[in-house]
Amino acid sequence: MKKFDIIGRRKWWYIISILILIPGIISIATQGFNLGIDFTGGTLMDLKFARPVTVIEVRDVLKEYQLDHSTIQLASNDESATAAENVLIRTADLSDETRRAVLAEIGNKLGNYDVLRTERVGAVMGSELALQAIWAMLISWVLIIVYVSWRFEFKFAISAVLALVHDTVIVIGVFSILQKEIDATFIAAILTIIGYSINDTIVIFDRIRENLKLHHRKGGDLVELANTSIWQTMTRSIYTVLTVLFTTAALYFFGGESTKNFSFALLIGITCGAYSSIFTASPLWITFRNYADNKRVAEKLKTAK
Amino acid sequence: MRKKNFAKLAVIIVAIIGVFCYYISPLAHSIKQGLDLQGGTHVVLEAVDTPEAPVNEDAVQRVVKIIEKRVNELGLTEPIIQRQGERRIIVELPGVKDPEKAIEILGKTAMLEFQDDSGATVMTGQDLKDAKAQIDQSNQNLVALEFSDEGGKKFADLTAKNVGKNIAILLDKQILTNPNVKEAITGGKAVITGSRTIEEAQRLAILLRSGSLPVKVDVIETRTVGPTLGQDSKDKSEFAFAVGIGAVIIFMLVFYHLSGFIANIALMAYVLMTLVALKMLDATLTLPGIAGIILSIGMAVDANVLIFERFKEEYRLGKTLRAAMDAGFSRAFATIIDSHLTTIITATVLFFLGTGTVKGFAITLGLGIVISLITAFAFTQYLLKLLISSNIFKDGRVYGASGVKTNEKI
Repeated sequence: MKKFDIIGRRKWWYIISILILIPGIISIATQGFNLGIDFTGGTLMDLKFARPVTVIEVRDVLKEYQLDHSTIQLASNDESATAAENVLIRTADLSDETRRAVLAEIGNKLGNYDVLRTERVGAVMGSELALQAIWAMLISWVLIIVYVSWRFEFKFAISAVLALVHDTVIVIGVFSILQKEIDATFIAAILTIIGYSINDTIVIFDRIRENLKLHHRKGGDLVELANTSIWQTMTRSIYTVLTVLFTTAALYFFGGESTKNFSFALLIGITCGAYSSIFTASPLWITFRNYADNKRVAEKLKTAK
Repeated sequence: MRKKNFAKLAVIIVAIIGVFCYYISPLAHSIKQGLDLQGGTHVVLEAVDTPEAPVNEDAVQRVVKIIEKRVNELGLTEPIIQRQGERRIIVELPGVKDPEKAIEILGKTAMLEFQDDSGATVMTGQDLKDAKAQIDQSNQNLVALEFSDEGGKKFADLTAKNVGKNIAILLDKQILTNPNVKEAITGGKAVITGSRTIEEAQRLAILLRSGSLPVKVDVIETRTVGPTLGQDSKDKSEFAFAVGIGAVIIFMLVFYHLSGFIANIALMAYVLMTLVALKMLDATLTLPGIAGIILSIGMAVDANVLIFERFKEEYRLGKTLRAAMDAGFSRAFATIIDSHLTTIITATVLFFLGTGTVKGFAITLGLGIVISLITAFAFTQYLLKLLISSNIFKDGRVYGASGVKTNEKI
C-alpha cells in the first residue's frame, strides 16, 4: 500500500506556510498589536450596570476627566447591540484617586452598577512584563535546542525550533490581524503552544531516530524513511491533537470571558503545532540533511580533483 | 489466579470511579483559591526614593511591618503580604469589602505632625500610644489620641505655650484640624475632629496606630475582582472542565474500547492526584491554573494514545496480547520521556519567569505532565496487565487493536 508522499512535496508545504505567515507578518509590521494594560500600563474598569448603557453615555462621563479617548467596550452576546449592562473601560494609567472619582461620577450619571473587576498597572510593570515574555520565549527555545541536540542531533533541534517559531509567528500574527487583546495570559498560551508543538514534533523525530537505526543496515532512502515514520505516528498525531482540541474548545466555548483570548490562542496554536510537526519540522530535517550531504559530496569532489 | 486478578481489577475500578464522583467537588473546593476566583484585591507597592528619605533595606523591612499592621486592622481572613525583590511588596486581600478604601490605606505615608502657631513641628506620630475612632455626645466623629508619657509632656508644653493661639495637626502635610487652644492640656489625651463619617475616623485611627511609613510608597499595580465575577468564573470553568473531560472519556472509549476504558480510569486517578498534589503543595488555584488542568487532561491521554498505538502495531505484527502490551509500554517509554521533558522545560521557564497568575498556570501544567507520566506507566500498565492476565477478553479488537491481524495465536 503506497502512502501519500508528504516529504516529497515539502516545497508545497513550505509555500503554504509562507503564504499563511505573510499576512500575519505584514499586519504585525503595519498595525502592530492590541496590547492590554498588562503591557502598556493603564487602568481597566469592568462594570455591570443595573440598566443597559451605551458607549456614548459612558464616553460623555469620561469626557469630564479628559478621558474620552479611552477604549469603551460593550460586553454582550449580541455583536450589534448598541447598549449593554456590562461595559469594559480601558483608560490611561489613572491614579487611584482619579479612578475613585471617575467611578463615583459614573454612578451619579448612569445609575447603580456592580464593579466586576478593576485593574491598574503602572507603565514600568508593563514593560517589565513584555521583556519577561520575550525572555521566556527565547530561553525556552535555547533550552529545547540544547536538549534535542543532546538527545538527537543538532539538525533535529533546529528543525523543531523553526517549527516552533512558525507556530508562534502564526498565532501572534492572527492576534495582530484580528486586533485581539494581548495580556499576561497570552504569554502562558504561547509557551503552552511551544510545549505542545515540541512534544508533537519529538514523537515523530523519535520514530525517525528509531527507524534510522534499522536504516543503516538496510541502506534505504531517507525521504522514504521519514515518510514511513510520519505515517507510523499519524494516528497518534491526529488522536492527540483531537483530545487536546476537545478540552481547549470546551475552555473556549464554556470557560467564560476571562479565558476566552487565552483559549483562542491555544486553539490556533495547537492546530498549527500539529500541522507543523508533520509538514514543517520533518521536511525541514530532510532539507538540512540533504544540504549537508550535498556539501560533503561537493567537498569530496573538490579534494578528488 | 485469573478470577482473583479480575476481582482486584473490578475493586480498583469501582473504588476510583466512586472516589472520583464523590470527592472531586469537595476536594477541588478545599484548595486555596486565587483572588480571581474568590474575589479580592491584589496590590503591588513599591518603595521609592525621595530627597528626604532614600530607600534602604531597613526602611523596606519597616514598611513591610507597618503594611502588615494595617492589613491586619482590616480584619480579613488570610491576607497575604509578601516582599518581592528589593523594593516591592505584594499584598493580597481576599474578600475585601471596599477595595478602593483598602488601597488608600495601604499606600498612605500617614505622617502625623503637631505644629505650633509659627508652623514649627513640635511632635510627630511617634509620640502617640494609641488612636481610636469614637462618636461623642454631640454625634461628632472623632479620633481619640492617647500620647506616650513623653508625648503627653510635649503636648502639655505645646498647648501651654500656645494658649489663645491656633495649633495644627497635620497628616502628610495636610491640615486635619487646627483648633484654638483655650487652656493647657495635661492629661496626655487629645482628639482630632473633622471626620465626615465614622468609617473615615476609623481609617484615620488605623493609620495612626500603625505608624507612618519611613519612605514614600507608590501603589504601582492594583487588581480587583468582584465576588460576582469570581463566582461566575468558577461556575464556568467547572462546566468547561466537565465538558472537556467528558469529551475525552467518550473519545477514548470509541477509539480504544476496553483499553480506552482503563485509560479513562487512569485519567480520573490523574485528576484526583493532581488536585491532591495541589492541596499538599498548598498551591493557590487561579483561573489560568484551572485552564492548565483542563488542558492537561487532553495531554494526559497522549501517553496512553502513544502506548496503545504502539500496542496495536506490535499486535498486528503477530505478538500475543500480553507481549504486544509489554512491547507497547517499553517502546513508547523513551518517546514519552523525550516528548514530555521538552514540555516540562517550557513549564519550568514559565514558572521562573512568569508572575502571579502565569505562575499558577505553570505549576498546574508542569505538575500535570509529571503526574500523567506516573499514571500512564504505573497505573494504566498495572490495570491492563491485571485485565489481560484475567484472560476474560481474548480478542485484540476489545483492546482497540482492530485491523488486519496476520495470524491469531492467543
